[in-house]
Amino acid sequence: MKLLVTVKRVIDYNVQIRVKPDGSGVEKDNVKMSMNPPDENAVEEALRIKESGKADEIIVLSIGGDKAQETIRTALAMGADRGIHIKTDNELEPLAISKIISKIAEEEKPSIILMGKQAIDDDSNQTGQMTSALLNWPQATFASKIEIEDKSATVTREIDEGLERIKVNIPFVASCDLRLNEPRYASLPNIMKAKKKPIDIKDANSLGIDISSRIEQLKVEEPPVRQKGIMVNDVSELVQKLKHEAKVI
Amino acid sequence: MSILVLAEHNNIDIKSSTLNTISAASQIEQEIDVLVTGFQCEELAKKIAKCEKVSKVIFVDNEKLKNPIAENIEPIVLSVAEKYSHIMAPATTFGKNIFPRIAVKLDLAQISDVIKIISNDTFMRPIYAGNAIATVKSNDKTKIITIRPTSFDPVETSGGSDIVESLEFETQNNSVEFIDREESHSERPELSTARVVISGGRGLQSAENFKLLNEIADKLNAAVGASRAAVDAGYVSNDYQVGQTGKVVVPDLYIAVGISGAIQHLAGMKESKVIVAINKDEEAPIFNVADYGLNADLFEALPQLSSELDKLNTIQQ
Repeated sequence: MKLLVTVKRVIDYNVQIRVKPDGSGVEKDNVKMSMNPPDENAVEEALRIKESGKADEIIVLSIGGDKAQETIRTALAMGADRGIHIKTDNELEPLAISKIISKIAEEEKPSIILMGKQAIDDDSNQTGQMTSALLNWPQATFASKIEIEDKSATVTREIDEGLERIKVNIPFVASCDLRLNEPRYASLPNIMKAKKKPIDIKDANSLGIDISSRIEQLKVEEPPVRQKGIMVNDVSELVQKLKHEAKVI
Repeated sequence: MSILVLAEHNNIDIKSSTLNTISAASQIEQEIDVLVTGFQCEELAKKIAKCEKVSKVIFVDNEKLKNPIAENIEPIVLSVAEKYSHIMAPATTFGKNIFPRIAVKLDLAQISDVIKIISNDTFMRPIYAGNAIATVKSNDKTKIITIRPTSFDPVETSGGSDIVESLEFETQNNSVEFIDREESHSERPELSTARVVISGGRGLQSAENFKLLNEIADKLNAAVGASRAAVDAGYVSNDYQVGQTGKVVVPDLYIAVGISGAIQHLAGMKESKVIVAINKDEEAPIFNVADYGLNADLFEALPQLSSELDKLNTIQQ
């Protein structure tokens, strides 16, 4: 069984985001970049499936500029087997990304595609569902537990009301929640080994897919800043303020 | 052209997220149809048709729609899609799960998590967990949109057209099977839609101490939340978590108890109307976003708060 894992290079989750003064986007120059956090869970889950003997190869796919290869190397250092880099300097939307992933899936024929449920930059939460629909494979979104059986998998999903379990036939697309597992760190010897693992590089424009943008970003701005309020002296004053000033109790 | 809203419900009651989404739709267009897919829920369909701003309910009822499996709902939406200029659902796990499938099958982009409608093709949405707000314009002929429920006031549950139109639809998907659902039952309001939320952090020190919050929550009809630190420490389960990786809440009153205010937590609650922070560390960053800060030991402050609220209620009576 082959597994395809998709990873995105994003601004590190610990970095305080700065909006560019001209409103054209957020500052990315000289900012620490890392693998999108739930994508790490997707890589980790693939490794665990392979270690349990249920899969024999893990392919890592990333779409983006040259530096996307660093993110692929991170996944290879964690233990994935080989990489595919689809090169583009444009910011592609989930619609285009899902078309590319589907195309690669048709070529590679994985049994499961694992991806993060959402990228922490554009927060779209679309690519997994779109890929599933394009391939006509079932989807298991927001997965916090994946149990692989013979021809199917039982997946626990994190939903607003609690937890839901579904059974999906293989092949399927899983979008991974942060609660799925605890991603491992790559060891130094594995980082060295990863340098020798192959990465196949293709230009996004060579795939024969419409990857044009449909949404125009007119402006990016800072959210309204919250004014620091006042300190109260005791609980009694707090309750009075909430009752008579803020009028919320 | 008119707008289609996909209803979120549990076959008995409409979810408030649907009422918020109808309200958002009414800012664009007055002709609003609501699609209700479910099982044995005719009464519910009638209730929804009575809601303010609803022109018509399109109602599909079959056993395979008892639980909202994305693969089953998607073809129903697609079968009616071409009549509409905008197709909307709440940006809850229900809407998020289904809508990208509809967008891709129509070869359209989706605009997720809209918090403000500027015009019929221009919308505002948070990116980077709300640390930036993007204004985006869709050039597609049909707009596929999910709405952040807490950003729009709900419509009233009366004043609608009262028209329900039944639609037959055969559901054929066999590749996904619903097994079960474990809902976190609580006597209190749901965290994501509660008017008052009281959350605890690592400062609570134990699962047992978390019960101190319940007492206050009962008096304020509040939902109880938690920081990621409290969840990771095992004081409460995941579904309590407020923050970038948990739930985003926008209540009228948010009370943060023993929560320091990490960026990831602030992302989930800083849009609340009034924020109260109770913390014994006067340097805690939570005080920077709080309207009312109380620098105190929570184990002294919570019992006092409880009795002050009692006094308040006595006076009111």
